[in-house]
Amino acid sequence: MINATTAGLVLAGVLFTLGLISMLIRRNIIFMLVSVEIMLNAAGLAFIVAASRWGQPEGQVMFMFILAMAAAEVSVGLALILQLYHQLKSLDSDEASRMRG
Amino acid sequence: MEWMYLVPALPFLGALILILFSGKIGKPGVIAVGCGSIGLAALVTIVAGWQFMQSGVPAFSQHLWEWLRVGDFSIGVNLRLDALSLSFAFVITFVGWLIHIYSTGYMSDDPDFARFFACMNLFVGSMLMLVLADNLLLMYLGWEGVGLCSYLLIGFWYKAPENGAAARKAFIVTRVGDTAMAIALFLLVQHTGSLQLSVVLERAQSLWAAGDPTVVWIAFLLLGGAVGKSAQLPLQTWLPDAMAGPTPVSALIHAATMVTAGVYLIARTNVIFSLAPAAQTAVAITGAVTLLLAGFSAWVQTDIKRVLAYSTISQIGYMFLALGVGAWSAAIFHFITHAFFKALLFLGAGAVIHALHHEQDMFKMGGLRKSLPGVFLVFLIGSLSLAAIPFISSGWYSKDQIIWLAGTAAGGRPVYAFAAVLGAFITAAYTTRMMLLVFFGKEQTHVHHKPGPEMMVPLYVLAVCSTLAGFLELPHTLGHFTWLSDFLQPVLPEVVTQHASVAAEWGLQTITAGLAALAIYITWRLLNAPFPKEAGAFLKSGWGFDAAYDVLFVQPFVRIARLNRKDIIDNVYTGLAAITRGLHRMMSATQSGIIRWYVLGVVMGAVLILSVIIWRHSM
Repeated sequence: MINATTAGLVLAGVLFTLGLISMLIRRNIIFMLVSVEIMLNAAGLAFIVAASRWGQPEGQVMFMFILAMAAAEVSVGLALILQLYHQLKSLDSDEASRMRG
Repeated sequence: MEWMYLVPALPFLGALILILFSGKIGKPGVIAVGCGSIGLAALVTIVAGWQFMQSGVPAFSQHLWEWLRVGDFSIGVNLRLDALSLSFAFVITFVGWLIHIYSTGYMSDDPDFARFFACMNLFVGSMLMLVLADNLLLMYLGWEGVGLCSYLLIGFWYKAPENGAAARKAFIVTRVGDTAMAIALFLLVQHTGSLQLSVVLERAQSLWAAGDPTVVWIAFLLLGGAVGKSAQLPLQTWLPDAMAGPTPVSALIHAATMVTAGVYLIARTNVIFSLAPAAQTAVAITGAVTLLLAGFSAWVQTDIKRVLAYSTISQIGYMFLALGVGAWSAAIFHFITHAFFKALLFLGAGAVIHALHHEQDMFKMGGLRKSLPGVFLVFLIGSLSLAAIPFISSGWYSKDQIIWLAGTAAGGRPVYAFAAVLGAFITAAYTTRMMLLVFFGKEQTHVHHKPGPEMMVPLYVLAVCSTLAGFLELPHTLGHFTWLSDFLQPVLPEVVTQHASVAAEWGLQTITAGLAALAIYITWRLLNAPFPKEAGAFLKSGWGFDAAYDVLFVQPFVRIARLNRKDIIDNVYTGLAAITRGLHRMMSATQSGIIRWYVLGVVMGAVLILSVIIWRHSM
């Protein structure tokens, strides 16, 4: 029988892997941002699971931090995407590959 | 005598002031410092010399401070005053002072007036250091110092590239000899454990038997240094080119003082040469061959300064011949008279060159007897000395002594005497040719302006000295007066003669005088006679030594330098740079700008680190 902790950690690992894969294969920059969010939430889920397993409050505190950080990250990321779209008229991340060594 | 340290210190101080403050003190200040320091040094030399002669001690030495100390080996800055160094110091300061005064007139229009006097003062200081040094290392310091000043002053007019080339040639050729001398000093330190002159010479006598290979090597290496500095065979090629410098420089450095440093060195280390008969014979042969070769070359030159340059080489050849046969004091006697009359001739030539607006070709001069009567008079006195006209010229007394001793001194041979007599004949011939071309005949170049009193007074003083200096020593035939030899007795060994017959000396003197008269007559009659062209060009080039050295040394060196143009050792460093650049290229290739690759890189790194951590924990 799989206990709750194992199930929660496996779910977090699956979510993180999904986010990572979509980050690697997506070219649309908004989807890449969404993938980052998925990975962040996977990490947050792992914290919550661990906190409930050991009955400690620090896991929830860390999740709060991650939420706050994710909110800030999304706002900065969206601003950057807007600027990028103004410059390139496209959301394809490969378009922004002008840097060559 | 306690003021002796002032003798080299004053010129050095003068040079320092001129280097640092030449802009502030103005031209009168430069003259006051430049001439004043040398004049004071001459005064101190005369006073110290007078006290030294009164005291009667064989040598007086003064310890100033310790220069360096390595274990038991210590070198002090010590000065030594004895008969030999006093003779040299007197000539250097006195003739140097006259030449400085003359230079104030000769160089008056030059924009680099102060630089000239700074270099000249530095030279006089270094030269005094050379002759007054009590140990060989301090002497070597002076030796290199005069070499540097010679370089600076030959290339004084550095804007013309050929002057720079002449300066470099002089510096490099003498450096060959200096290297030999440095090795000789190393050997002396190794074997005697000291460089103190008195200690070295004393230990040399107890350490080595006559003809010991070590001492012969040392003597030959010292001779190498001497021939380099004194422009003797085979390193004589630099001196004629050194005439690129201003004429007072030629008079002071390349006639009167620096080029006789080799004579000083050999006379100073006479003990070592006496222990090495082979080297001493080499000295005599070098002198005899050089005096003939240079004499013949002087005979066909067209540039008045080059005539005098070859003549200087030839006269120093006489000094070497005297040293080689063991007539030590005769060499010093000829050095003193030669310093006076050759400085006089150079300065006289300078007055002519100055008056003709820097014309040095003798064939464009002529008839100057009337337009420059004062210069003609002093030049005639100098020429009489150079040509060794009997009784009235100092050159005769000294040269006659060398000719006589070349055959009769301990190491003398008839062949040396023959070479010396032949050399005297050639000397008279080229001197007459120079006089006739410059002062007689038709006037070809108009006199530009006459030399002023600051140039003429030193000439008159030198002319008087050129005549009177001969009476320091009189031959057996004329009363046998030997003041200078007696004075030098404590320092230099007595001249040992094989057989001295006054009648033979009379005979030799008559032959020499007759040959000189004959040379003058022949030259006068055949002045414009045609001369075989190829032979003339060959002699004029100084017996093709320059061309031979060019083929033998310069060109192979240049070829090797070309081969190694891309320095082989440099490859290590350029290789290092190439490796770094390659790594850089690899790293920069990763900066593709495609963000997914960066993410992949981060993921791979994380996977790698995690794998390592897990692997270590599972062990």
